[in-house]
Amino acid sequence: MAEEISTPAKDSETPPPAVTTESGSGRVDVPKGLWTQCPKCGATVYQKAVEEALHVCPECDYHHRIPARTRIKQLADDGTFEEFLADLTTTDPLKFEERLKYKERIRQAQQTTGESEAVVVGKAFIRGRPVILAVMDPFFIMASMGAVVGEKITAAIERAADENVPVVVVTASGGARMQEGMVSLVQMAKTSAAVARLDEAGGLYIVVMTDPTTAGVAASFASLGDIHLAEPGSMVGFAGPRVIENTIKAKLPAGFQSAEFMLEHGFIDRIVHRSSLRTEIARIIDYSGK
Amino acid sequence: MGLLTVNKQGTHETYMSIEPEIRPAPPTGLDITLEFERPLARIEREIAELEAAQDEGKRDLSSDIRELRNTLESLTRRTYAKLTPWETVLVARHPRRPVLQDYLDGCVRDFCELHGDRCFGDDQAIITGFGRIGGQKVMLVGHDKGRTTKEKIARHFGCAHPEGYRKALHKMRLAEKFRLPVVCVIDTQGAFPGDKAEERGIAQAIAVNMMEMSRLRVPIVCVVIGEGGSGGALGIGVGDRLAMFEHSYYSVITPEGCAAILYKSAERANVAAKSLKLTAKDLKRLNIIDEILPEPMGGGHRNPSALFAVFERFVGDTLRELKRVRIDTLLKRRYERLRNLGSFFESPSARKAAGRSRTRSGNGSVASQANKGKASNGKKIDNPAQPRSSGSKTGEAATTR
Repeated sequence: MAEEISTPAKDSETPPPAVTTESGSGRVDVPKGLWTQCPKCGATVYQKAVEEALHVCPECDYHHRIPARTRIKQLADDGTFEEFLADLTTTDPLKFEERLKYKERIRQAQQTTGESEAVVVGKAFIRGRPVILAVMDPFFIMASMGAVVGEKITAAIERAADENVPVVVVTASGGARMQEGMVSLVQMAKTSAAVARLDEAGGLYIVVMTDPTTAGVAASFASLGDIHLAEPGSMVGFAGPRVIENTIKAKLPAGFQSAEFMLEHGFIDRIVHRSSLRTEIARIIDYSGK
Repeated sequence: MGLLTVNKQGTHETYMSIEPEIRPAPPTGLDITLEFERPLARIEREIAELEAAQDEGKRDLSSDIRELRNTLESLTRRTYAKLTPWETVLVARHPRRPVLQDYLDGCVRDFCELHGDRCFGDDQAIITGFGRIGGQKVMLVGHDKGRTTKEKIARHFGCAHPEGYRKALHKMRLAEKFRLPVVCVIDTQGAFPGDKAEERGIAQAIAVNMMEMSRLRVPIVCVVIGEGGSGGALGIGVGDRLAMFEHSYYSVITPEGCAAILYKSAERANVAAKSLKLTAKDLKRLNIIDEILPEPMGGGHRNPSALFAVFERFVGDTLRELKRVRIDTLLKRRYERLRNLGSFFESPSARKAAGRSRTRSGNGSVASQANKGKASNGKKIDNPAQPRSSGSKTGEAATTR
């Protein structure tokens, strides 16, 4: 369930370089410098060009994973984002210990990302339309879901129902956070119940799946949207590819568990390029009359 | 094989806590003895030998037998009183531990199986159907791992595909229509991790089930009888009450899987099992389950009928209690229960705000409210300070649904 997803780009073990959120040059999954190599096509491209293209490779359209703040900056109208529940942190209910104490792991993640937890929630405007926006940060312990993520997502969805504004959740997660054991698993039930409540209230719920949306998050609030958008090439799936290969005793075909694969099988409405996300979200909000 | 005598106290009326007799389950060909059970097995063998000798009528060995039985009882009691979490996992997976079909034979009357998800197929990893438990008509939904090798393969060892979860939801909707309570029996290592399951949307199937179960307009009781494996368990595991048998486990990931990721070695599963806090006792302490159902001494596999009796009584009693509650109230309580699950977080700013004994606008007040686990709709209704009461809105919508 909470399998860590290894990618060619980035592993949660190695902290990304420090942030300078002011200038908008957020962390991307490549070493900081003037030039950067695209993990997909291998082309050496000018870092600035990548950033200007919203962290999409100008050569091959590879959508880099981006930190939550960078995403918010890209999606929300300038200066409109008002965060809530900003400083919630886990109380480490299991007193979990591995190579690192869980609390220590959290502290490291906080230092490298500058976030208190793996999701940032708040009110914002997208092209002038008010929304509740929740964005997961793939660099914070792979945006795994523990008690805090579950609470913040639930609170965001509840607030959307209460205030009758659409909620946009940008998902990216390796699944439930193993270090919180069952406390993390039950967040799946908690967030799903919140979506049911929003649905009863007639609210609009847009999910934007980004790389990677997997396991416990894929099997809860990420799969319950009224509208499912996804960024091209994102990994979207439930079980880890290695686990599946182990079950079926065969290699998986290329593109298995990609957003395109999920679209083909009927679980995603639209695949949307990062540069069109704002427009698409605004259009859907208008069509739903919210 | 003197210990294989039938329990004289009958089957269903026996409540395990007063059940003194230790019985090894009948040999099934899968006569596997767990590591920590070996000393018990040795004494069992000795007793059997003595009894055989006695039956031949050579000598009177009854006092020796009695003594050995006493030793066996106290040793069993001691062994099972201090099971490690990993040993608990092993008991939960014991090849002789009763599976859903045994419950169907043992304590579900007049079971009427209903097949198929009306969409793709009939996943045998989940059994669904009408039945009577403890005098209550119910819709039963549960994982079944299978008893024989052939069955185990057909049922994918209780690991369900999307069609299994969709079948479960289809039958639960039927139950809602006919006002039958739903009883969910959980016993799986997890959802089936295969390519076909992914193609057919296993994640979506589980998610939809949880969402719909959170608002299904009939009482839902869930019982973990063996393994509670992650999302695969949750897919039929959301309801008004969640109980676990004493030696079952419920975990976000199998201990082997956890060990493989954290320690890069599945052999350290015992360490992982301890860290994951997956036993009924731990989960009761974390407020994730409502009740621990006691098992016969030495584990359910030694005395299945006692296990069934506990199950039957729990389900019967709980349903009687839940059926007395108006459905809107029940749904409100269900939401509140889910809303407060696993609320282990803190907010420094809210704490500071509380310390200054005044609430801050915006995040501060919400955080402190949530932190006390009170951000549930039921409580919000009582709060006149919140004009747009989401709770009542849900309630109204629910009544018209």
